[in-house]
Amino acid sequence: MTALLEARGLSRTYDTGGAPVPALDGVDLAIERGEFVVVIGPSGCGKSTLLNLLAGLDRPSAGEVWLDGTRVDQLSETALARLRRRRLGFVFQFFNLLPTLTASENVELPLLLAGRRRRQARRTAHRMLDDLGIGDRADAAPSQLSGGQQQRVALARALANQPDLVMGDEPTGSLDSTSAGEVLGLMRAAHARGQTLLLATHDARVAAAADRVVTMRDGRVTRERAMQPSRPVTLPFDPDPA
Amino acid sequence: MALLSGGSGHGYELKQAIEHEFGTLLPELNSGQIYSTLARLERDGLVEGEAVADDNRGKKVYRLTQKGRNVLQDWLGVPVPGARLKDGFFVKFVVATSVGLADPTDLIDRQRDEYLQSLRDLDARLASAPHGPTAELLIEGAVLHLKADLEWLDLIEERLARRSA
Repeated sequence: MTALLEARGLSRTYDTGGAPVPALDGVDLAIERGEFVVVIGPSGCGKSTLLNLLAGLDRPSAGEVWLDGTRVDQLSETALARLRRRRLGFVFQFFNLLPTLTASENVELPLLLAGRRRRQARRTAHRMLDDLGIGDRADAAPSQLSGGQQQRVALARALANQPDLVMGDEPTGSLDSTSAGEVLGLMRAAHARGQTLLLATHDARVAAAADRVVTMRDGRVTRERAMQPSRPVTLPFDPDPA
Repeated sequence: MALLSGGSGHGYELKQAIEHEFGTLLPELNSGQIYSTLARLERDGLVEGEAVADDNRGKKVYRLTQKGRNVLQDWLGVPVPGARLKDGFFVKFVVATSVGLADPTDLIDRQRDEYLQSLRDLDARLASAPHGPTAELLIEGAVLHLKADLEWLDLIEERLARRSA
C-alpha cells in the first residue's frame, strides 16, 4: 500500500550569506493513512522545515514529496495551492486567522475557495464551530477570542474541506494547559474519526497521544518509535495483586 | 489515623471512608491491609481498640490515643521536603556514560520513550471510567512531574550537544 504522505531524501538548505546551512538533511519518512504521527526534537532540529516542505509551503533543495502516490514537490504554485486546499489542513502555533474576518468567515473561506456556495459554506462552518464547542462565538472577530478559542477556529478551518491530512506546527504551543488539553482532545477526536494527523510539538502530552513518535536532531530523523497501548496504572492504596 | 481523628470507627468504616475518598478509581480495598495497619498502630500505642460488647466476631472500635494525636500533629506540621535530588535515571546516566558503557543519547532516548509511555498510561487512566476528584488530582500531579522529567531530559541533551560542539 502506498503511504498517504512520503518524504524521500528530503533536504533543505538555507543561504544566509555565509556558508549554506542545512536545515534538513536527507529525511525519509512515510505517514500511513489514519496514522497520528508526532515529530519531536530540540528547537532548530528541522521539524518545522520538514512540515513546511511536506505541506508544500516551502520547496526542498533536494529530495521528493509524495502525496498519495503522486509526486508533488515540483508542482506549480497554482497546482500546489489547489492541492493544499483540497487535501491538507494546517494548524499554526499562532493560529494565523484573518483578523478582519469573523470566526465563521475564517472557516468559510477554504470552503468558498473549494467552490462551495456561500450559504452551504456558512452552514458547514457553523456546524463545525458547534462541534468544537464555540458555536456561540461564530460572529466574533479573532481578537475577541481567547487563544484556545482561536485555535479551535483554526482547527475548524483546517478540517473544513475534510482533508486527507491535518498538519500542525506546535498547535498547542501558545495555549495554557487547559486550552492545550481541550485542543488536543479535539484533535484526538478527529483522529478517532479517521483523520490522519502529523504534528510537530514540544508538548509532551501531545507526543504521548500519538501512534508514532519521530525524533529529529540536526536536520535528521534519529529515532522512530511506535507507542504501545496504555498500560494499567496502579495507585497507592491499590491492593496487592496477590 | 487522620480518619480516626474526628471520632472512632471500626475497620470496615475506615475501609469505606477511604473508598469514598478515592472514588471508583480504586479497585476493592483489601481489608487485611486495614486491619494489620490498625493492629500495628495499637501495638505502638497510637490507637486503642475496644471490643464491641455484643459482637462475638471480635469486632473492635478504634480511637486515637493522646500519643497518636501528637504523632499525627507532628506529621502534619512538617512540610514534605521539596528537593528531589535522587533520580534513578540520573544515576544510571552518570555511571554508564562516565565509563563509556553506553551512548548517552541512547540512554536519553530510551528514558524519554518510557516517560512518554507513562504519560500515555496516565492520560488513558484519566480518560477512562468515572473516578473521584482526589485520584484525579493525584494523577494530574504525576503528569506534571513527568512533564518536568521530560524537560529535564531535553536539558541534559542540550548540554551534551553544547559540550561536544
